[in-house]
Amino acid sequence: MLLKPVLMHIPDGFLSVVVSIILWVVTIAVVAYALKRLSAELGERQVPLMGVLAAAIFAGQMLNFTVAGGTSGHLMGAAIATILLGPWAAILVMTCVVGVQALIFQDGGLLALGANIFNMGLVGVAVSYAVYQTVKKLTGGRKWGLFVGGALAAWFSIEIAALGVGLQLALSGTSPANLAIPAMAGIHALIGLGEALITVGALAFLYASRRDLLEAGSSAPQGGWLVWAAGLLIALALAVASPLASANPDGLEWVAEQKGFLDAAQGPLYHIIPDYVFPGVSNEGAATIIAGIVGVLIVFGAALALAYTRRKRTAA
Amino acid sequence: MHLHFLDPYQERRSPIHAADARIKLVLALAFILTCALAPAGAWPAYILLGVLILVVEMFSELGVGWVLKRSALVLPFVLAALPVIFTLPGEPLFRFSIGSWVLQASQPGLERFASIVLKSWLSVQAAIVLASSTPFPGLLAAMRAIGLPRLLVAVFGLMWRYLFVLVDEALRLMRARSARSGYDQPGRRTGGSLAWRASVTGGMAGNLFLRAIERADRIYMAMLSRGYDGEVRSMPMPALRRAHWLVVGFGIALLAFILLLANLFKG
Repeated sequence: MLLKPVLMHIPDGFLSVVVSIILWVVTIAVVAYALKRLSAELGERQVPLMGVLAAAIFAGQMLNFTVAGGTSGHLMGAAIATILLGPWAAILVMTCVVGVQALIFQDGGLLALGANIFNMGLVGVAVSYAVYQTVKKLTGGRKWGLFVGGALAAWFSIEIAALGVGLQLALSGTSPANLAIPAMAGIHALIGLGEALITVGALAFLYASRRDLLEAGSSAPQGGWLVWAAGLLIALALAVASPLASANPDGLEWVAEQKGFLDAAQGPLYHIIPDYVFPGVSNEGAATIIAGIVGVLIVFGAALALAYTRRKRTAA
Repeated sequence: MHLHFLDPYQERRSPIHAADARIKLVLALAFILTCALAPAGAWPAYILLGVLILVVEMFSELGVGWVLKRSALVLPFVLAALPVIFTLPGEPLFRFSIGSWVLQASQPGLERFASIVLKSWLSVQAAIVLASSTPFPGLLAAMRAIGLPRLLVAVFGLMWRYLFVLVDEALRLMRARSARSGYDQPGRRTGGSLAWRASVTGGMAGNLFLRAIERADRIYMAMLSRGYDGEVRSMPMPALRRAHWLVVGFGIALLAFILLLANLFKG
């Protein structure tokens, strides 16, 4: 078993359409704003810088270290990207990483991509930024503050994002809140430790070799208090809402039920046709059998057509 | 390193490979949306959707077995949906106990679980066929066609271009580590303490990012010297012909019809 953040990439089918679409809308709005900010501040440099760093985060996720008994720790990278690049660039980089993982490697679904970018990109980055900046300010930018801030940012980015995944699964009615949220939180509290250790190691290396990248926020555009507040708010909201939700699953069920009404609202479209329109096909069992037979016929026909075209091609 | 190690694109001569990437992307997204919108327990609709994707797999010449093997990727996540079998209220099916825990499976619970797994499995097959039958530049063009910002698509393109270079770099770092600090295999003694191993890996990650930042600078210089001015230019895409629109229209109509059936015959 690998201690890989696999549970972070939600596949299609696990989120309800309403939850997916809401998260898509939020994600699109934030990523569009990040693009605008970066174009203004980085200008023409941004395409190569963002592209290569997205590739680096992707490759960095392959790096692992053995923990014990065949398990290993991995990197997600939202925290280190945020510390090195500032929040806006980190959001864009994580968007590209998660996007390529879904589109090319089927690591996470396409309809669920909005939610995955939201969790790993937006939440991960905003939380990292809020935690890191807070610790840095509190310690007055001393060396150990940098490392403590990095470690905490890494751990919280994983943990809060995991809480988000748990909450979304519960909202979709895929997983009960009182199980999904504690399970996600528990597993990722451990995975977060691996992330924190690697992040500190990376910061130590960069501190020794290129201190200029870490100091004064480097040349990358910084987030300002807005991102800081957003990160803090997300972290607090999820940290407070999740235990509440898992303690009172009824509340979530109520939300899910409301969503059920939304789904039912599509109903009228189908009510034009009464329950048993097709003569003779009045129950679900018969419909399943008919669908099965139709399916077999279609597959058989396709196989015949395929065999025919292949023979023609080899003959030609 | 060979490109094929990562790139899921499989070179074949099939009608699916030859189809325009824009059409494939739109239809794959429509298919996945249909799966998501189909209500729980709409078995006839799932059968028809399964047949649809099976036929596409047959025509793509990727090999149905190959696609199915890759689709096992979603399996670990199934665990997340497993508890729903026991927590949804309804007609009890069977019960068993682990220690003092008594778990009672309900019929709606089992139905919802099976629906989630089936929908997820169908969706991932569509995504696999899309990625394996479309080269990445085609996907980039399709992304632009469905309205992604040009800048974002350019970043995607550059990321793909350097993905292999940086993965290579990461693999070299890992080879260097295993040459110097003992085995990285289960069952064999590994060097150093846990914190030491973690900090070595962290150093590798830091090194990788540093190299990436420096490489990005060099690439930027190279782009400047070739006349890059911040504007991302790309070849105009060929116009969609009438046949293309017909295929898209027919596909979406078919999916809409299946969705209608799904809502008529839900369990």
